[in-house]
Amino acid sequence: MNDLKVFWRGIFDENPTFRLLLGMCPTLAVSIAAGQGFGMGLAATAVLVASNILISLMRRVIPDSIRIPCYIVIIATFVTMVDLVMAAFVPALHQVLGIFIPLIVVNCIILQRAEAFASKNGVWRSTLDGLGMGVGFTLALVLVSAIREILGSGTLFGIEVLWFWQSFEPMRIMVSPPGAFIVLGLLIGLINFLSMRKA
Amino acid sequence: MDQIAVIFFSAILINNFVLIRFLGICPFLGISQKIETAVGMSLAVIFVMTVASLATWTVQTYLLLPYDLVYLRTIVFILVIAGLVQFVEMVIQKSSPTLYQALGVYLPLITTNCAVLGVTILNLNEGYNLIEALAHGFAAAVGFGLAIVVFAGIRERLELAEVPEALQGFPIALIIAGLLSISFFGFQGLL
Repeated sequence: MNDLKVFWRGIFDENPTFRLLLGMCPTLAVSIAAGQGFGMGLAATAVLVASNILISLMRRVIPDSIRIPCYIVIIATFVTMVDLVMAAFVPALHQVLGIFIPLIVVNCIILQRAEAFASKNGVWRSTLDGLGMGVGFTLALVLVSAIREILGSGTLFGIEVLWFWQSFEPMRIMVSPPGAFIVLGLLIGLINFLSMRKA
Repeated sequence: MDQIAVIFFSAILINNFVLIRFLGICPFLGISQKIETAVGMSLAVIFVMTVASLATWTVQTYLLLPYDLVYLRTIVFILVIAGLVQFVEMVIQKSSPTLYQALGVYLPLITTNCAVLGVTILNLNEGYNLIEALAHGFAAAVGFGLAIVVFAGIRERLELAEVPEALQGFPIALIIAGLLSISFFGFQGLL
């Protein structure tokens, strides 16, 4: 597999949200508005790339039997850094994402990439893998949250987009918790349908 | 006492951890094919979440706060939870093989259940005292159990239903979770 494929894979063929079905909690919880989804995606990407790099560098040092606790400590360290950086520079976003920033620690995507990829591959490829998966996760989050924001409040990234549709009534359910489940379920169904037709 | 009752019922019904707060979705979707396993998982989660609330509250109050180390809480809490789960697993294995057979397989999965880390951080953010933290941890886990058992019941029925091919498995489960979430949404005005 060449380097480019390692990167692209995370975005389409092995998209963490739509294909690997990992990291559902943040996807469902923060996808109320596209801006929030984007912020969450970037935070997770930063942690993913950093932890992939460090774990890949240390893959020969970490004893096999205690590797999972080691990975968790490494991931938790980067999560703490991201948490503090966000609290300092984007306090509003930090406030909205709230508990889901520390919870990046238990986001299965990150641990799964550490276990399945970074612990077996070199630094450069692990970086690409982290970036690809992170971008794939961010795109998925933005997609889900854009749909929910447009239908639920008629805006996208906070900008009015349904101005031509005067009688549009925002669907409140889309910005409330049930909407998250339904939109994500239908989206995964649609993607399954499209890939089945292609095959 | 009123305060405890409010925390208790709001954690189970109004802010249900799975359906309203979106914590612990992975086990909710992953281990809900059968009612039996769902019950086993919920019992294990109730146990671990209550003990984790106790342990992290103690660590926070007597270790992190006095030494001004609150910024380390994510790392410390996840380690406390991982250690706790391991410890609980060993204790149950030694003391009660029957219980171990029932809960054993679920215990390792709980470390990465974000509901456990979530409840400990929420306890801290809300500034609960020990009793409130314990009540919140226990009630949140009961809410998780309620959601997962109800959901497993629906999924058992679903096996006989004809679902469009593209929606089979995960997508239809999410849509059902959405409908279940709507019904829990109805509790919003309760308190």
